[in-house]
Amino acid sequence: MLKTTDNKDRLMMIVFTVAVLAAPVILAPFGAGYPDLMQRFAIYGIFAIGFNLLFGLTGYLSFGHAAFLGVGSYAAVWMLKLLSVNIIPAIIFAVVISGLFALLIGYVSLRRSGIYFAILTLAFAQMSYNLAYSVLTPITNGETGLQMDLGDPRILDAATAPGQLPPPSLFGLEMGDTHYLSFMGLDLQFNVGFYVCAAILILMFYISLRIFRSPFGMLLRAIKSNQTRLNFTGVHTRPYALVVFVISGMYAGLAGALLVCMDPLAGPERMQWTASGEVVLMTIMGGAGTLIGPVLGACIIKYFENIFSRVNDVIVGNWFSGLPDSVGDFLSAIVSPFLGSGWQMSLGLIFMLVIIFLPGGLMEGVTRLLGWLGRLFRSRNNDDDADAPQSRKPPPDQRSSRPASPKES
Amino acid sequence: MAILEVKGVNKRFGGLLALDDVNLSVVENSIHAVIGPNGAGKSTLLNCFVGKLLPDSGTIMFNNHSLLGLPPYRINQVGISRVFQTPEVFLDLTILENVMIPALAHRDGAFHLAPFKSLSREHDIREQAERILGSVGLLEDRHHLASAMSRGNKRRLEMAMCLVQKPKLLLLDEPTAGMSRADTNNTIDLLKTISEDHEITFVVIEHDMTVVFSLADRISVMSQGHVIVEDHPDNIKGHPKVKEAYLGTTETA
Repeated sequence: MLKTTDNKDRLMMIVFTVAVLAAPVILAPFGAGYPDLMQRFAIYGIFAIGFNLLFGLTGYLSFGHAAFLGVGSYAAVWMLKLLSVNIIPAIIFAVVISGLFALLIGYVSLRRSGIYFAILTLAFAQMSYNLAYSVLTPITNGETGLQMDLGDPRILDAATAPGQLPPPSLFGLEMGDTHYLSFMGLDLQFNVGFYVCAAILILMFYISLRIFRSPFGMLLRAIKSNQTRLNFTGVHTRPYALVVFVISGMYAGLAGALLVCMDPLAGPERMQWTASGEVVLMTIMGGAGTLIGPVLGACIIKYFENIFSRVNDVIVGNWFSGLPDSVGDFLSAIVSPFLGSGWQMSLGLIFMLVIIFLPGGLMEGVTRLLGWLGRLFRSRNNDDDADAPQSRKPPPDQRSSRPASPKES
Repeated sequence: MAILEVKGVNKRFGGLLALDDVNLSVVENSIHAVIGPNGAGKSTLLNCFVGKLLPDSGTIMFNNHSLLGLPPYRINQVGISRVFQTPEVFLDLTILENVMIPALAHRDGAFHLAPFKSLSREHDIREQAERILGSVGLLEDRHHLASAMSRGNKRRLEMAMCLVQKPKLLLLDEPTAGMSRADTNNTIDLLKTISEDHEITFVVIEHDMTVVFSLADRISVMSQGHVIVEDHPDNIKGHPKVKEAYLGTTETA
């Protein structure tokens, strides 16, 4: 069984990699194939993967994860300002700083569990937000937000381009560079920034997979299941929880740094509690404790935020233009509150439906669908039906079924 | 040779003196039963052994090392495992994983970080777990979730989780509580086999007299926080103090 798990993981990794690299092609028909949005998919995917390592495995619900995102962003902008526009030092510095920050917050917050832990992390995040907004203005530039300007020292590369403000780059490859291609009537956009994010997303997904499949990951799941038992089994649970909290914070810091690399601006609103709530939503919607779920959830929420929010009354009116006026008006009156600025209404509706009917998130739906297809397939073939074990993992005899495919990533 | 030596242990909860100068001496490789009516302080005593409660005074020595003030995971690491009154297992994990966790804790200690090691490379741990599961009769179902098990099987699983750590001392808190007669007899047989196959000292807290008298090498009887008698089972049965404790032949306020 463990052998087949290994093989399935390999297949999942390959499918995921291909899907992510082909995202500009896959997403173009949905109107989501433009660089800005695809970068967001990848970056918030990383954020959610990291959050899921903490929440999905240990069950510790952090309600202040945006603080690490914000800290990562500020750290990255400072590196761009002080050192060079190369994104490598910015990313490394951001990950280190957010890791240290997570160590501090985690050390205090993990003394409590459940709702008290959530409240503690929320309090820390709001504190960070307010500090960034006012007290720490010299570092964060307050509500204006921190950005690069011509007066920056940029020790390593200011001399090479005097009097200019070059965009962030990776050894000369500018993040904003995009290659356009027209293919079967679709306008495809291959963007450097997206591919940087995509490569990092794939790496981060792989690291998360390894943690899930390690003894460490198993102990983390045991923390969620029965922490008392684990303590009486000879395991000191708190340091394990702290390690995963720090890893999770570093993922968030990395995501924050990437946001800055794509658009070199960091503001305090990135740390606000709504941003922390968003990543909780992404993870639960996609499926907490699953590997692909968080990425899926991140994509869906960012898709809603960017696509649904752009649909305005005129567009809705066009949809129903073929119908008689009274019917068309009636339909637009029903539909339009859920679109445009009301996009959060439809997101909320979908979230409720998912929680009620698929408590395991969208990935539960995918697993159920695959199981159903598998049973259909087997009964057609009249094979010997070896009983699927009641394990939470998909039964090992579904070798034919593809692992949950990350189509939307 | 006493493996567990308890001397003068007191524990007070507000106005209630739950343990009143308790003395107990458990001989190595024996089965020592602690019996007594409800509220006698048996579970409180056990919780003091595993670090869940800290006695107000007295000493608890295990192999001549004090257990006082050690956290539960440290006490487990010195060789004391515990089976709970209601089976405590990892319900969201498979049966095999339930046993692999204590095996890992036994091999790697209380904290050992190897976040990228693959679980499928842990052949030794897996084999150990499967061997123990075979001996308690759960090998077939090892890929099922623990939440799907019956109470009796959860007890077996919990026993397997303790045994895989090769403990020196195994504490059992009412191992047959709430079980049917058949399940109780199975549990007695299981415990007998274990004590014959492994070099383990048992401390059993029990209500069920059948269990106690068919297993124990030595019995301590507790009542109202005291150990009133400690003796061989044959001498316990007719002991007047024991009758008094259980039946209350004399008026007590």
